[in-house]
Amino acid sequence: MSAPAARAGEVASSARSARLARAASRRRVNVIALTLSLAAMAFGIFWLVWILVETIRLGASGLSLSLFSEMTPPPLAETGGLANAIYGSLTMVAMATLIGTPIGVLAGVYLAEYGQKSRLGAVTRFINDILLAAPSIVIGLFIYSVVVTRMKSFSGWAGVLALALIVIPVVIRTTENMLALIPNSLREAAFALGTPKWRVIATITLKSARAGVVTGVLLAVARIAGETAPLLFTALSNQFWSSDLSRPMASLPVTIFKFALSPYENWQRLAWAGVFLITAGVLLLNILARWLARPPK
Amino acid sequence: MDTRVQPPRVAAATGTRPKLSVRDLSFHYGSFCALRNITLDIPEHRVTAFIGPSGCGKSTLLRTFNRMFELYPDQRAEGQVLLDGEDILNSREDVSLIRARVGMVFQKPTPFPMSIYDNVAFGVRLFESLPRIEMDERVEWALKKAALWNEVKDKLTQSGSGLSGGQQQRLCIARGIAIKPEVLLLDEPCSALDPISTGKIEELIHELKTEYTVVIVTHNMQQAARASDYTAYMYLGDLIEFGPTNDVFMRPTQQATEDYITGRFG
Repeated sequence: MSAPAARAGEVASSARSARLARAASRRRVNVIALTLSLAAMAFGIFWLVWILVETIRLGASGLSLSLFSEMTPPPLAETGGLANAIYGSLTMVAMATLIGTPIGVLAGVYLAEYGQKSRLGAVTRFINDILLAAPSIVIGLFIYSVVVTRMKSFSGWAGVLALALIVIPVVIRTTENMLALIPNSLREAAFALGTPKWRVIATITLKSARAGVVTGVLLAVARIAGETAPLLFTALSNQFWSSDLSRPMASLPVTIFKFALSPYENWQRLAWAGVFLITAGVLLLNILARWLARPPK
Repeated sequence: MDTRVQPPRVAAATGTRPKLSVRDLSFHYGSFCALRNITLDIPEHRVTAFIGPSGCGKSTLLRTFNRMFELYPDQRAEGQVLLDGEDILNSREDVSLIRARVGMVFQKPTPFPMSIYDNVAFGVRLFESLPRIEMDERVEWALKKAALWNEVKDKLTQSGSGLSGGQQQRLCIARGIAIKPEVLLLDEPCSALDPISTGKIEELIHELKTEYTVVIVTHNMQQAARASDYTAYMYLGDLIEFGPTNDVFMRPTQQATEDYITGRFG
């Protein structure tokens, strides 16, 4: 009677000490992992803060009303602004978003609601992933070779097309992902009322996923706002005011690229002001995206 | 299986005509057979409950009545489901029209992303274009039927997802009856609800049967006993026993039914 009891006690105490040893080693591993991840975070934030500080330090001083009202100046001029570049960037980004968003949303709807398991869906998804990962300079060169060389001129439209090609895969991916998060029970409930499929998508699932889809579009806008490579070979740039999309068009990133590399001090100042403008704009878009995607109360 | 109670006898015995008649219905998920040769009659203006352990096919059977399973390409049904004598499984009629006659409420409340008012009006707008006043009346009528009107009448423009779980489920019932279906299918409508909300919905079911034919799937045998007039016990894709709820619970003809009901299920 007592022998088995003693053995049971032994077993229990050895199990207990094993658990204690295990807990101690877990605590050690926890401390190491926590230290590493905090260090990684500090490393990332360090550079980020530095970039922001530099941007504000060098860019904010160049901010003035003339930045928005005057054209890009010749080298060594006394005055000058970025009005044509700001206008060109706003126009091309807006047009690219207008073209890219409906295509992206519709393709995302197809992938999430119609072609989940179909072969066409799988192929589309795969190609879209490649497009998503394609370096933007490749897209710029592609538009250069199929549009610019054929039209025999650089143009704002070519820039719009290149930017739209960057928007589309981002919007497709976010739309599909957001729709996939909508529970099937909601779709079934809508179908159970006798709702046709297009109406289920338009009024129920897409509406439920709206915040996520809008966020995706805004993030795509933030991305193309700072793209230089796809515009270098397409919209090129323009020293003067031009609202004609069929002619070369100035943009903030290309102007920054040109001005920052120049030896002229007034150009360099404007480049920093442009950097500040883009950074502030992208930051605002990101905040807007977060606000739109906030969980409902 | 010869001892299975034959549904037509039941229907004849009670004098109500069958609203839904299932004939020789089999159902497959891919290669898995979920229902085998089900035949039963669901009487009009009565509450019929499907009970049985998980996986017995009771929800599957329910989902053939409005062809919900067709949303999924690997699911298929063979046999007949007759609604007022017309086969709806093999009908060429638009499935939307069938679903307008056979409404469904699901296990989890599923308010649409819109206001309470629009949730109820959503289905109505699919089939009727009512002037504003009539639509208001219809929404009020449906919400009253679903015993929700008093709780929401001052916040019809607020989002439906702001309601409590029980209120959301009654909102879904209101949405279902607003289009005036003939049959209302309830797929475990109380399993996500607290006892008070469950009580309200059971009362509601009792009210609804005067105008609708109600079919309810439930895990809860007390609920079946309380709320239904007829009960079908299913097990592993077979209909084991079907009859008036009192008979099935008090004098089951099948040993398997008795074992399940008394909790000696094995």
